[in-house]
Amino acid sequence: MPVTLTKSILNGERLALTRTLSHIENNTSEGNLILEELFPHTGKAHLIGITGAPGTGKSTLVNRLVFNYRHPHQGENAPSVAVVAVDPSSPFSGGAILGDRVRMQDLAGDPGVFIRSMASRGSLGGLASTTSGLVQVFDAAGFDIILIETVGAGQAEVEIANLAHTTIVVEAPGLGDEIQTFKAGILEIADILVVNKADKPGADNALRALRNMLSLTQPEKKSVAHHDDQLTIEQSPEISDLADQDWIPLVLPTIATTGEGIVELISGISKHKEYLKSSGGWILKEQARLTNEVGNLLQLALHKRWNSSISSADYDDVLDKVVRRQVSPRKAVERLIKGAGL
Amino acid sequence: MDNSQTKIRVLIAKAGLDGHDRGAKVVARALRDAGMEVIYTGLRQTPEMITEAALQEDVQIVGLSILSGAHMTLVPKVLKMLRKEGLKDVKLFLGGIIPDEDKPKLAKLGVDGIYGPGTSTQSIIEDIRKACQ
Repeated sequence: MPVTLTKSILNGERLALTRTLSHIENNTSEGNLILEELFPHTGKAHLIGITGAPGTGKSTLVNRLVFNYRHPHQGENAPSVAVVAVDPSSPFSGGAILGDRVRMQDLAGDPGVFIRSMASRGSLGGLASTTSGLVQVFDAAGFDIILIETVGAGQAEVEIANLAHTTIVVEAPGLGDEIQTFKAGILEIADILVVNKADKPGADNALRALRNMLSLTQPEKKSVAHHDDQLTIEQSPEISDLADQDWIPLVLPTIATTGEGIVELISGISKHKEYLKSSGGWILKEQARLTNEVGNLLQLALHKRWNSSISSADYDDVLDKVVRRQVSPRKAVERLIKGAGL
Repeated sequence: MDNSQTKIRVLIAKAGLDGHDRGAKVVARALRDAGMEVIYTGLRQTPEMITEAALQEDVQIVGLSILSGAHMTLVPKVLKMLRKEGLKDVKLFLGGIIPDEDKPKLAKLGVDGIYGPGTSTQSIIEDIRKACQ
């Protein structure tokens, strides 16, 4: 069966595509076989990540972005677009409400668009553990652009940056003061920072705070004011060359509900792609992504092997000792690994 | 730990033009709490949109909420389009105001379950689980 499904996917059959996505998501052995066969056909699509706090307008922005991609100026080709939208699974029931499609109604009926919702199924980094697998299937199926929308992310859900070529972080006015922009985490991974809902009060402050934050690290400033004198800072040539090549994140206002700023955002995304292609960053991103993927799979495989070689009685016994404060958690892990013969 | 993790996926859609979606939301929430993945598409869905979403999301169950009385028009269209897309194994469940005399006709068309006001969410959950076995 995998071989026929693979062929059908490469031929653009939607039923085969959707069934394969389920196989991958459910981590079935058929799914893994199909991924093997599809892998040589991947590596062509532009992967764009959209992340940001819940309610900042990520899905509405995706709706607008895809709509604009699909309705370009006359004479330009419309790229085909796949959307992978991740929403959280309940930590209690394991169920989920996947509601991103509600905002993407403008894309209905377009054969050049394929939207797939997925639940995070216990993963914590803003994506599901099988998201990259789904993206590979869409890539092999020939979609030119793949938009990946993360779960509503707080400060530390940065996994998307390992997957996407271009990461867009969506902010909205009123989410915090300048100190928030200093913090490590989600803002650091942005190639493009979008302040959505730019018609709401506080949008200017948000834009200013983000631009200020970037100006502190922008390498282009080569002179500083020192009392009344203007001092020029000498830089060694290599450093300034490197600095010229560095991508400075764009800060763009949008109003996703009306479509304002979307054209500028699309041109920003294209610029970033050109930058990656010309600077060699594209290849570096591919390397980082695949390295990360191998690391994740290795971790899963090791865990699976460990899990199958330890008896649940031993496991419960050690846990019981930890709960009684007879064995420390670290010591317990040591014993469990030894007990599995690893 | 089981490595493969299959979940029941359900599409909940409001078909047609009525705007009362409380029932659909209650059902969606109950299915979520029963461990299912619910794709919620919101109001005013056409048969085309419902079929497209069912295909793209690869759901086992489509749950339609219709309170407008248009079920005898909408349901056959949805069923026909689902079959046309090759989604022959997708089960169709119906909720809303459905007169008793229409129920046998709908069942004959291929509707797998009809749930009116007062249905317990538990019975819907059980029927969905049975249908997905």
